[in-house]
Amino acid sequence: MTRKILRYALLTLGAVAMIGPFLWMLATSLTGDAQLGNADAGLVPDPATTDPYARLASAFPFWRFAANSLGVAIVSTLLQLFTSATAAYAFSRLRFKGSNALFVLYLATMMIPMQVIIVPLFIEMRTLGLVDTYAGLLLPTAVSSFGVFMLRQAFMALPRELDEAAYVDGAGPFRVFWRVLLPLVGPALATFAVFAFMASWNAFLWPLVIAQTEAHTTLPVGLSLLLGRYGPAWNVVMAGSTASILPILVLYIFAQRYVVRGIAFTGMKG
Amino acid sequence: MSARRRWRNAGVAAIFLAPSLVTLLAFWIGPMIGTVWVSLQDWNLIGVPSFVGLDNYAELAKDADFHAALLHTLGYLAGYLPLVLILGLAVALLLNAKLPAMTLYRAMFFLPVVSSWVAVSLLWKWLLNPAGGLVDQALGLIGIDGPGWWTDPTWAMPSVILASVWKDVGFVSVILLAGLQAIPKDLLEAADLDGASAWRRLRSITLPLLSPSLFFVTVISLINGFQVFDQVWVMTGGGPGGASSVVVEQIVRYAFSYGRVGYASAMSIVLFAIILVVTVAQLRLQRRWVQYD
Repeated sequence: MTRKILRYALLTLGAVAMIGPFLWMLATSLTGDAQLGNADAGLVPDPATTDPYARLASAFPFWRFAANSLGVAIVSTLLQLFTSATAAYAFSRLRFKGSNALFVLYLATMMIPMQVIIVPLFIEMRTLGLVDTYAGLLLPTAVSSFGVFMLRQAFMALPRELDEAAYVDGAGPFRVFWRVLLPLVGPALATFAVFAFMASWNAFLWPLVIAQTEAHTTLPVGLSLLLGRYGPAWNVVMAGSTASILPILVLYIFAQRYVVRGIAFTGMKG
Repeated sequence: MSARRRWRNAGVAAIFLAPSLVTLLAFWIGPMIGTVWVSLQDWNLIGVPSFVGLDNYAELAKDADFHAALLHTLGYLAGYLPLVLILGLAVALLLNAKLPAMTLYRAMFFLPVVSSWVAVSLLWKWLLNPAGGLVDQALGLIGIDGPGWWTDPTWAMPSVILASVWKDVGFVSVILLAGLQAIPKDLLEAADLDGASAWRRLRSITLPLLSPSLFFVTVISLINGFQVFDQVWVMTGGGPGGASSVVVEQIVRYAFSYGRVGYASAMSIVLFAIILVVTVAQLRLQRRWVQYD
C-alpha cells in the first residue's frame, strides 16, 4: 500500500513537471501586456484576455503559416505512404535480382541525417528553381526509408497464400497490392501516417532553409520569427505556441495507441 | 518459377520501386555524395566553385570556433544523455504497473514528445526568462537567486539541456516501458519470494533483461544529440558570445549566412564521420553489457 502511494506521489510530481509548463504557456497567452512578467500577479491571468491571440492573427500571417504547415503535412504524409507502401510491396512480395542489396541501400539512407546533406540539397533545389516553393518543401520528405522498412515488416507478416489465391483467381500484382494486401496492413499504415504527419508538422531545419518568404513559411519557422519581431511580447509568442501545438495535441489524443506503438516499435522521432 | 514470370516480376518490381528509389536517389543519396564533393570546393554559392582538395578540412582542424562547437556538442551530450536516460528509466519503472490511471500518466509524460522543438524551446525560454521567469520565481520561494539562464554564458547550455531532457523523457520512457513489459513477471515474483530486495531485483533481473532496450535508446539519443540544433537556434542562437554554439548551428551559419558552402559541407562530413564512428563503436561495445536471450 505504501509502495502504491509512493509510486503515485512520484508520478504526480513528474506529471506536474510535464503539464505545468504547458499550463503556464496557456496562462501567459491569456495575459494582457500590463500584467505580463509581474511576479505579484499570480499564476492565473486576472483579468484573462484573448488580446494576444487577436494580435497574433492580425499582425502576423499566422493563418497563412498554419495553412502551409497543414497542407505540407497532409501532402507529405500521402506521398510517404505511397512511396513507402509500393517499395515495401516490392521488397516483400516480388523476386528480382539485387533485391537484398537494394534494401540495404534503403536502410543505409536511414543513417543520413538532414543536417549532413542540407547544403547540397539546398544547392540542388536552387539549381532546379525550387527554393521558396511548395515543391522544394515537399520533395525531400516524399520518401521515408524508415516507412519502407516498417511497412515491409507488416507485409511480411501476411501469409503468402493470400497472394497465391488471388493469382489463381486471375489477379495481377497491382490488384494484389491494392485490393488484397494494402487493406490488411491498415494499422501499420495508420501508425506510419501519424508519425509522418507529426514529423512534417514539427519540422524546422529544412523549412527554415528552403522557405524564404512568408508565402511558404511553415508554423515552426513562423513561430521562431515571432520572438524576433515581437521581442518581449511573450504573451503573443505563447499564444502562437499554444495555437501551434493544439492540432497535434488533438491528433495525438485520437491516435495515442498508434503513436505509442510506433515509438515503441522503432524509436523514431521527428 | 518460369523465366517469363521472373522477367515480368523484374519489370513490375521496377514500377513499384521507382517512386521511392527516384526520390531517395535525388534527394538523399545524391546530396550525400554532393556533400563530399562540395566539401572539396571553395564556393560562395554565387561564383564558380574552385577545387581546393582538403583545404577546408585543414582549416577546420585549426578553427577555434569549430573546436568550441564540437566541445559544446559533447558538453550537451554529457549533460543530456545521462539525465534523459536515468529520468526516462525512472519514469518507465514507475509507469510499469497495472494500476488505475497509468494510461493518463503516460499520456501526460508524452505531451512534450509530440510538441515541436520550436514550441518547446520558446516555452522554456520564457520559463527561464532571467527577468523574473517562472523558474526563477519558484527558486526565489526557497531563497535561491536564479542565474541569468540563457543570457549567461555559463548557463546557456544547461538551459538548452534542461529543455531537451524535459521534452525527451517521455520518448525514452515509452521505449523502455515496452522493454519492461516484455520481462516475465514470474521471474521477478520468484526473486521477491526468495527475499531479494527491490534494488537487487532491479540490478540482477530488470536491468540485464532491459539492456537491449537501453542500448537502443542510448544509440538513438546519441545520434540525435550530435545533431542538436532547433532548441539551440531558438533558445540561444548559439550565444551569448558563442557559448552554446554547436556543430549543426555552425553548418547553417556558414552555409546560409556567410555563404561558405564548401566549408560548411566539410563540417557536415566531420559530423557524419563522428556519428558513424560513435555508432559503430557502440555496436562493438554492446557485447560487453547487452544481454540477448
